[in-house]
Amino acid sequence: MKVSPARVWRARGSRYRLEGSRCRDCGFTFYPPKPACPKCGSRNVERVQLPPRGRVVTWAVQYTVPEGFRSRAPIVAAIIELENGVRVLGTIVDVDPSEIRDGMTVEAQLRRVAEDGDEGLIVYGLKFVPAPRG
Amino acid sequence: MRRVFVVGVGMTRVGRRFDKGLGELAAEAIFRAIDDARGARPEALVVGNMMASSLFNQDNLGALVADYAGLRGVAAYHVEAACGSGGHAVVAGYSLVASGLYDVVLVVGVEKMCDYPTSVVTAALAQAADAEHELVYGISFPSLNALVMRLYMKTFGASREALAQWPVRMHEYGSRNPYAQLRFRISVDDVVRSPVIADPIRLLDSSPIGDGAAALVLASEDVARKLSDTPVEVAGVGMATDSVDLSSRMDLLDAPSVRLAAEKAYRMARVSPRDIDVAEVHDAFTVTGLLCLEALGFVERGKAWKEFADGRFGPGDKPSVNLSGGLKARGHPVGATGVYQVAEIAMQLRGDFPGVKAGSPSIGLAANFGGVATQTSVVVLRR
Repeated sequence: MKVSPARVWRARGSRYRLEGSRCRDCGFTFYPPKPACPKCGSRNVERVQLPPRGRVVTWAVQYTVPEGFRSRAPIVAAIIELENGVRVLGTIVDVDPSEIRDGMTVEAQLRRVAEDGDEGLIVYGLKFVPAPRG
Repeated sequence: MRRVFVVGVGMTRVGRRFDKGLGELAAEAIFRAIDDARGARPEALVVGNMMASSLFNQDNLGALVADYAGLRGVAAYHVEAACGSGGHAVVAGYSLVASGLYDVVLVVGVEKMCDYPTSVVTAALAQAADAEHELVYGISFPSLNALVMRLYMKTFGASREALAQWPVRMHEYGSRNPYAQLRFRISVDDVVRSPVIADPIRLLDSSPIGDGAAALVLASEDVARKLSDTPVEVAGVGMATDSVDLSSRMDLLDAPSVRLAAEKAYRMARVSPRDIDVAEVHDAFTVTGLLCLEALGFVERGKAWKEFADGRFGPGDKPSVNLSGGLKARGHPVGATGVYQVAEIAMQLRGDFPGVKAGSPSIGLAANFGGVATQTSVVVLRR
């Protein structure tokens, strides 16, 4: 994908800190953040920090990957339900795909996501890893 | 609004068309549609396409296709709604005639996917997902559908073998459609042993990569009678949207954009799901075909896999579903697919579809969407 400093900088809240939006009118909290509530349409939304831990709702083990991601295959994509009920689509790393289970607890960590060639920008973002016990 | 009729259809067989570029392939389908409509002279052209920009560095597609098809001078523009581009182009063309702006409008869907390796096409298709929060992680489009498939199987207790009935039946129909890309039969065993694309989605759960173009001539009522002996009325249209990102979906096993688009189309055509005789639905993957049947109101939520595996929705059933072979076997040249579907339903209603026939249907439906049911168009046609 095409990368620019402004584009990476703009996404810092949602991609580095797991920020979502909360609707002050209906209370719906969601990710990624948007200027209006997808449930009631209200513009009265605020940025909120989402909890980094959650459980796996469903997952896919992706062997055919887009150009530029060959070294990362297979990619595990998953829907994670965070501790406050908000759902986030992300990837799970540092795990053997065969060990992923329904309801498994995972935690978001800041990781390297993509590179713009050998000398371009490095894109960072959150990936989920199996959560340590306790 | 004025009544609108399909008076001509034209398709190319889906497949590897290394011999033709976007403009040439679109022109092939357009010539057939115009010939089918007694040499109709369109005043406007709507082009459905998803990936000309990302794969061919080509924008300005309306004018390009118009010129290649010998229509220089007509009004023309391009409609993009990812894999739903074709169906949305049909609705755009419909509105141009219904509004009274033009009497004869040509709609063409065209896509070329075979010129590049799978990884490049996978990256281009992934642009249907949220670029900042999904695409950036290397998540592919099949992967998004695999998330839904795993949840569907778990929630509704559907077995791998039962779901395999979908591609098996699609290949059976496709083997008899001269326009289909995959004209061979497969078994349940072939499906469950085919290579894994994004577990649980396997190669044979997935629509193939192909090149294709399909075109329609739409006309107002008075003109339609001059251009065709068997005009098919566009009796209802509906469109609706959902989130592009899967994160904020309210319910991953619902397809509200399909449900809402269908409700609008049914209301406009004054029909109910029970009245539909023949349908083409968006089975980009096995699970999306099943979700379509449920969201269109043909079967209760969570039950499509069972009823389909038990043999329902075949030729002569109400409705008969995807007798073309669907996206699975006819093929899915993404931005063209929605136009293929409407052309196939129009031919079923005219009685001249060259593959498996629905009997003598009088009301048909085509449902086409982009993304994971992110934006949907539903078109109801009547003989």
